[in-house]
Amino acid sequence: MRKVLLVLCLVVLVSLALVSGVWAKGYTIGMLVKNVGNPFFEACARGGQEACEELGNNFIFQGPATPTVEGQIEIIENFIAQKVDAICVSANDFDALVPVLKKAMASGIKVISFDSAVNPEGRLVHVNQADAEQIGKLQVQAIAEMIGYEGEIAILSAAATMTNQNTWIRYMQEELKDPKYAKMRLAAIVYGDDLRDKSYNEAMGLFKSYPNLKGIISPTTVGVSAAAKAITDAGLIGKVKLTGLGLPSEMAEWVKNGACEAFFLWNPVDLGYLAAYVAGLLCEGTITGKEGETFKAGRLGEYTIRKSGDGGTEVLLGPPFRFDATNIDEWKDVF
Amino acid sequence: MLAMESKRGFLRFASGVRGLREFGIIVFILVLSVLIGIRNPRFLTWGNIHDMLVDTAALLVVAVGMMLVLVTGGIDLSAESVLALTGMVTGIIIKDHPYLSPLLMLVFGLCFGGLLGSITGLVVSRGRVLPIIATLSMMYIYRGITFIVSKGEWIDAHEMPESFKALATGRVLGFSNLIVIALVVYVVFYYFTAHTRTGREIYAVGSNLEAARIIGINTAFITWLVYMISGALSGLGGVMWVARYASAQNDTAAGFVLTVVAACVLGGVSISGGAGTIPGVLLGSITIGIINNALPMIRVSPFWKMALQGIIILVAALVNVAVARNIERTQLRKREELRMVRYGA
Repeated sequence: MRKVLLVLCLVVLVSLALVSGVWAKGYTIGMLVKNVGNPFFEACARGGQEACEELGNNFIFQGPATPTVEGQIEIIENFIAQKVDAICVSANDFDALVPVLKKAMASGIKVISFDSAVNPEGRLVHVNQADAEQIGKLQVQAIAEMIGYEGEIAILSAAATMTNQNTWIRYMQEELKDPKYAKMRLAAIVYGDDLRDKSYNEAMGLFKSYPNLKGIISPTTVGVSAAAKAITDAGLIGKVKLTGLGLPSEMAEWVKNGACEAFFLWNPVDLGYLAAYVAGLLCEGTITGKEGETFKAGRLGEYTIRKSGDGGTEVLLGPPFRFDATNIDEWKDVF
Repeated sequence: MLAMESKRGFLRFASGVRGLREFGIIVFILVLSVLIGIRNPRFLTWGNIHDMLVDTAALLVVAVGMMLVLVTGGIDLSAESVLALTGMVTGIIIKDHPYLSPLLMLVFGLCFGGLLGSITGLVVSRGRVLPIIATLSMMYIYRGITFIVSKGEWIDAHEMPESFKALATGRVLGFSNLIVIALVVYVVFYYFTAHTRTGREIYAVGSNLEAARIIGINTAFITWLVYMISGALSGLGGVMWVARYASAQNDTAAGFVLTVVAACVLGGVSISGGAGTIPGVLLGSITIGIINNALPMIRVSPFWKMALQGIIILVAALVNVAVARNIERTQLRKREELRMVRYGA
């Protein structure tokens, strides 16, 4: 009986090792996202896989079941134990991951952040999906056009601790100071925590607290589609306008029924691709993450590492893409 | 003494209402609603109350199942995962077969959830695993399967047929279908817990397991049954949830089980088993529904909202305890008076 158990254990261990590809050649690149099961990050994973295949590296994709800091720390500890060569992380908190990421770097792992940055102390370089300033401004410009530069607007964000959300909101507030928005007023910023029921309730609450509300900006995928559903259910299509950052597959319904005229997003496949590519190049030593370095990232072309707003360095993917009724059908099945 | 009281019919009625276990929570709901109404008058409009009930419908349904489990002295942490898994499977089926009747999907939700629940029930009743461990494991297992069957993808609004989404938006006699479903569940389970033999046996098992066994109650069956019912109602809640938000996600209702338990406890269900009523659960769930609905409407800083949510639940629980103690004391005094009238000092 004991022998059988021993053999069974060995078989399990060996097959686990084979599956995880620890013994395969090339560098092992671990991608850690805010939470798994989110189509945005699934698309990032597809891009990461693609880049790793091109460079002959191994790709591991992980994330906690819910977007928590604790879950991410646990996975990073695992990555360190597994001796991966690089970690690409989309952080649930700007500072909280720094100690464990420093530990990873001390053991020789190349750490970069993408999508949502960590403090420069905890990374070599950040792969930025788009310029935060550009993202913030674009959404304000879009909502202003929709409501005719006049009336109350509100922001429906994810969690109050999320780095990228807060930076975009700061730039939105900057943009709103421009005299051409003098007749617009930011009435409220509310948080739906990227939970569908809470985001929906917060959107409904906005309609009821601010009866003159003209527009909502929701720079988060769950938020913007929950807000669209709320606008539809409340019979406010055309009365309350909506824009934000959303997934074409989720937003297709709401673009078609008019709840949301246009929204933005970068291409997450390209984002994951670029992140995994940069991680690969860091492992090879082709780049080190210093300001001014240039490199070619496969099918995406030439990039230059530049100084980022938080005091570190970053690589900028490109401008966000606008989705509306003219192109939603070709994108809704992509991601 | 007794004769005097019988003359004052109204007073007796009033003291009768006050004698209800649920009196505390009723008062709390009224006071809370008035306070919120002062802050934002739109809260007390029929439109908003209807919205609030629609949002609470899934909670209302799942809480009934949780109550039955709590009454036996157990707990069903897997309820939220059963909800998510059933919702996801429903989403996948309706995506591939959009011609299916939404009514059929509701029945499917009940059956599929019941199947998941009966597996949990077997682990608890036959496997003799502690409910908290058994259902915690099943919570992870069902959540994991949700990720597996969906392959990490979500089912989006444009992939669901209008007929299915109409489940949540359609109305019967002015009430949302979801409210009607919750109402039916409450009527059925009120009758079940108060007037059927099996329903009463659930309380017997929760009050004193050994005694229940000795008087010939099939305790293993009753234990299995409550988890099966909890699963079935969670499954039904899953279908309602997915139709409501027109989206099936892997992380649907993550953390929801705590809300469900809170609703039950606010409604006077005892965590240690033996006590709990359907009207109590109804009121407890509505209290939670009011809090969720009102917080976005009272224009306070988002950072205060979370703390405020905790404070309101705590105050509700305190009021509940205080009133329950008061009632016990009054009843004790009445019995004492009665004894004195009958037998003298």
